[in-house]
Amino acid sequence: MTAQKTPLHATHVAMGGRMVDFAGWDMPLHYGSQVQEHHAVRNAAGMFDVSHMSIVDLSGAGAEAWLRRLLANDVARLPPGKALYTCMLNEDGGVLDDLIVYRLGHSEYRLVLNAATRAEDLGWLERHLVGADVELKPRVDLAMLAVQGPEARERSYERLPAALRAAAEALKPFHAVQSGRWLVARTGYTGEDGYELMLPGAEAPALWSRLAVAGVAPCGLGARDTLRLEAGLNLYGADMDEHTTPLESNLGWTVAWDPASRAFIGREVLEAQRTTGPERKLVGLVLEARGVLRAHQAVRSAEGGLGEVTSGGFGPTLGKSVALARIPAAVQNRCEVEIRDRWLPARIVAPPFVRHGTPRV
Amino acid sequence: MSETPVELKYVKSHEWVRQEDDGSLTVGITDHAQALLGDLVFVELPQVGRSYTAGQECAVVESVKAASDVYSPVSGEVVAVNDALADTPELINQSPYGDGWLLRLRPSESTELEALLDAEAYAAQMAEES
Repeated sequence: MTAQKTPLHATHVAMGGRMVDFAGWDMPLHYGSQVQEHHAVRNAAGMFDVSHMSIVDLSGAGAEAWLRRLLANDVARLPPGKALYTCMLNEDGGVLDDLIVYRLGHSEYRLVLNAATRAEDLGWLERHLVGADVELKPRVDLAMLAVQGPEARERSYERLPAALRAAAEALKPFHAVQSGRWLVARTGYTGEDGYELMLPGAEAPALWSRLAVAGVAPCGLGARDTLRLEAGLNLYGADMDEHTTPLESNLGWTVAWDPASRAFIGREVLEAQRTTGPERKLVGLVLEARGVLRAHQAVRSAEGGLGEVTSGGFGPTLGKSVALARIPAAVQNRCEVEIRDRWLPARIVAPPFVRHGTPRV
Repeated sequence: MSETPVELKYVKSHEWVRQEDDGSLTVGITDHAQALLGDLVFVELPQVGRSYTAGQECAVVESVKAASDVYSPVSGEVVAVNDALADTPELINQSPYGDGWLLRLRPSESTELEALLDAEAYAAQMAEES
């Protein structure tokens, strides 16, 4: 299978991006130094091509009711122009995907799904469309850029279409504004302020160039991963998947339990798990020795039972190694992680590790 | 294109060796290796005084991407390690043949150095791998 390319592919290659395969897409890992790109986002502004993510628009009189069944968070809470983060669950309460849903109008929504789960997600959505007054429209025509960092918004305004500037400037967190085929949202995946921009693919290279001239650093998927890890944001397929529930993935806060009458898929299993208490939990780890935490390392503790690092690495802002790990629910405070045949001490913390540029651990 | 200085010797596993005036051998990882690894974030070096045989694991370099073993290019005793790497592992990215050196060995088998690759042979191997 040939790799898929985003509308910015030629731009990445021309800017010296080190291209790698990600879920079938040929994407930039970095443009020279992943660590420098990480710091650019924490200290000023960086941009990521996230056009590989799946954008799906939904419309129809039945859209709200349908999404209230498909998603564990409740879109009835959303006024037009607002977004929320949610899991989409299977009947066992397992996480099929995590996504952001934007309410664009009374009966119009936009989902932004993970690239790696695109085919499964679309299959799942389509299977559940039967009998619903809902139309699904994958937006393969759109590119998506994330501009992130404390200076991201102010460096972006002037580079947006004139019709969007004032509205973009006034945008509150987790809100979005549209003009034509452009959408500006104050969302992201780095723990920093910023925008996610959706726009016609053909217009993306020009926007990217304008932002680069404005001092927004091009950043690859490598920095995206260390930024989200420090921000304590789960990575689908690593920190949770269809075999783990939101309650076992530190995502209980994304489940809308009220009203009790809302029968979202997976609810029964989650209710039972909520009553008995999950046996496993997802926590943050801070390594207290020299080394690097990595996915799949074993975790043990005085309380007994084994756990596993689900994703880990070196946090450039923290100057130490941190991880997310799934461990027995009873384990508190301290544990040990097996790194290259040695058991090294780690502290258990509640993520995020970094919030708006400031270390919290 | 990565650099392969002609005055150095190389190992297939991407270490370089430089013979010093006092007969000791300085060891590091190549420019090609650091580029493949990406930003280095952690280096584990051996204790001075330890001896290794050629091909034995003697250090670990970890990048944002992965941990990678470093193998002793020749047999010998470690006489010095680059302590600066503890706080600034990025020296390996910035200067793989200079400030980013890893350790210095006193070789015990004088013939082993001659058997290592020269720059041309190492470059040919890299070309084959890519």
